[in-house]
Amino acid sequence: MKLPFAGAIDCDLHPAVPDVAALMPYLDDFWREHLSERYIDHAPFVLASYAPNLPQSARADWRPQQGVPGADLAALRRDALDAFGTRFAIANVLHGAVALYNADMAAALCKAVNGWIAREWLDREPRLRASILVPPQDIELAVAEIERCAPDPRFVQVLLLVMGDRPLGHRSYWPIYRAAEKHGLPIGIHAGSTFRHAPTGSGWPSYHLEDSVLQASAFEDTLVSFLAEGVFAKFPGTKLVLMESGFAWLPTLLWRTNRSWRGVRTEVPWIDRPPAEVVRDHVRFTLQPFDVPNGDVLNRIIDHVRSDELIVFSTDYPHWQFDGEDALPERLSDAMLRKILIDNPLATYPRLRAAAAAADQKIPMREEMAR
Amino acid sequence: MNKPVPERETRAAQRLGFVDCDIHPVQRSPKDLYPYLEARWREHSETFGGHLCQGLSGQLSFPRMMANGMRADAYPSNGGPPGCDLELMQRQHLDLNGCDTGMMVCLSRGGMEERNLEFGAALSHAVNDWQIHDWVEKDRRLKAGIVVSQEHPEFAVREIDARAAEHEAFRQVIISPRSSEPLGRRKYWPIYEAIARNNLVLGLHPAGAPGGHPSSGTGWGTYYMQEHYTFGTGIAGNVVSLITEGVFERFPGLKVALIESGFSWAPSLGWRMDKQWAHMRNETPHLKRPPSEYLRQHFWFCTQPMEEPEEPAHLHDVLDWIGWDRLMFSSDYPHWDFDDPRQALSFKMTEAQRAGILRDNATALYRLA
Repeated sequence: MKLPFAGAIDCDLHPAVPDVAALMPYLDDFWREHLSERYIDHAPFVLASYAPNLPQSARADWRPQQGVPGADLAALRRDALDAFGTRFAIANVLHGAVALYNADMAAALCKAVNGWIAREWLDREPRLRASILVPPQDIELAVAEIERCAPDPRFVQVLLLVMGDRPLGHRSYWPIYRAAEKHGLPIGIHAGSTFRHAPTGSGWPSYHLEDSVLQASAFEDTLVSFLAEGVFAKFPGTKLVLMESGFAWLPTLLWRTNRSWRGVRTEVPWIDRPPAEVVRDHVRFTLQPFDVPNGDVLNRIIDHVRSDELIVFSTDYPHWQFDGEDALPERLSDAMLRKILIDNPLATYPRLRAAAAAADQKIPMREEMAR
Repeated sequence: MNKPVPERETRAAQRLGFVDCDIHPVQRSPKDLYPYLEARWREHSETFGGHLCQGLSGQLSFPRMMANGMRADAYPSNGGPPGCDLELMQRQHLDLNGCDTGMMVCLSRGGMEERNLEFGAALSHAVNDWQIHDWVEKDRRLKAGIVVSQEHPEFAVREIDARAAEHEAFRQVIISPRSSEPLGRRKYWPIYEAIARNNLVLGLHPAGAPGGHPSSGTGWGTYYMQEHYTFGTGIAGNVVSLITEGVFERFPGLKVALIESGFSWAPSLGWRMDKQWAHMRNETPHLKRPPSEYLRQHFWFCTQPMEEPEEPAHLHDVLDWIGWDRLMFSSDYPHWDFDDPRQALSFKMTEAQRAGILRDNATALYRLA
């Protein structure tokens, strides 16, 4: 269904870097010269998970005549912000830098992407906010990039891809979570793979369809990693937002981890209460791609997870997840819609809450997610 | 978990009469297989032993929790690992709980994960002999699963044809879901052709040893808690592969039992496949129907480890979505997370639904009547 009122907060849309030439002003002399010397100064640096021609990478009516989907601010304003009456939208730039093996090049490109999004998008469009793209190849460089960007309140989250070198709960990533917690930045984990590993425990599937479907499994294994490693116990202010993850698999995860925890808790003693409770306190999910059939099934799933606070609105623009303006599932109550569109995003993102409060004192402040 | 079941209470209980779709017999030592191995492979076993895709020898790289992953009370008093002693299995489970039929799933030493393919084939062949002579012939309640290495389809096809002709106790074929390629890939199709030709079932059970890839697309976990979770996501990857590659268009009679892999994930996987397929169907023109329809038609699920929602009634929704005719009881005897047939189905259901899960669904799938 269409959005019933204006003022929604879109927690996942995707401006795209046209090609690396657009980043040149945000790279230093060394990297400009280096990229051009290697003849990669017009290379796309596009993730294979989101190759521009793939059907899911852009809706037909959102596909530009030429160039990369999502690269045009005017089109994004018209098709995503104005079309849905959006109050704030979080830009997640899915850039190939994170798939490189050279951590220095990755860090330089991430820094350039963050500079580019701030100057060319956030400066021009007050409704936009952005996630900080960090190079997970090198934790120190990732932390340095968070520290560099965090003073700008328009950066509201840290962005990671769900499939990288190792499960993201691992201790080696903890400095990122420490820095994020310190600055009140949720950790946004987005679908996509650097293909360091085969997408399944039994190797490489043949079809794009399979890669796409199996993103959900990667999110499950990632969430179990965060639980088992004790990230939420170590950094109790952590908020985790799973983006483009789907949601219908969550009941299974809660039920299975609640049961297995009883058997394995001596191995993971930092999990001091049922995992389902930990997830409800710390983890949120963007709406699209909405992977539950319309009808009463969604309400059953929401009942199964026993919370109406877990879903935050997203259009996933310009990715193709729905047609027309039907960005919402059918048959949700008005109260639930208000939660998904406004209350849950504000409760999740402290920096959006601050911006909203500053702009409009009438919007109620909600308690932060439990600590 | 792993608390002893009080014997008085269960003895007094009514005889259930059920099919147990996951029982794990094991050799007391590798020597149990020697009568069924040629001298060459006995020597190979003594000199070299197994050759697997993992860093530890003689144990799993994700050590199991209590009692090495076994019911502590299932260790035989005369030595050997749990599951090696038929008399104890009878006393502790088959007789005590009133089991009518037990489907044996032989995991270790079956050659499924062995890197030396010829040694793997010899081990599979020996384990299949051993199942008949050391178990089925001593207790007719037990049914066997033909163990073959999926990485050696030429051997697998020969073995499946021979065993199916040899003994009626062989009701399914067990291969490892930790395969070198996703199980829908063409390499494995001769195995499915042989299974369909012989009217058997394909049984998939999570394997202990990996097949050359990390347990998840995110890489290797740290804790057994994570490894345990991949039993479900790993199987889901193979389900997606079997469906997407068109295995069920090519072999429309093929039936798959997913053992110890969970079941509540199946509806959401079906919905997700259908949604993505709607946008990408040109990539797989060999699929004639939405992917969830193949899932609904060709797959069966086992109960253990029983899903435990915070509100037990929520399982009703799940069963309505996957089909009450598709879930089969399994105990996982003698493993540590054994489910008791009296306690595992604790949510409300009709007597017919309970009978279906405990007995009738497996009876129909494995043609046990």
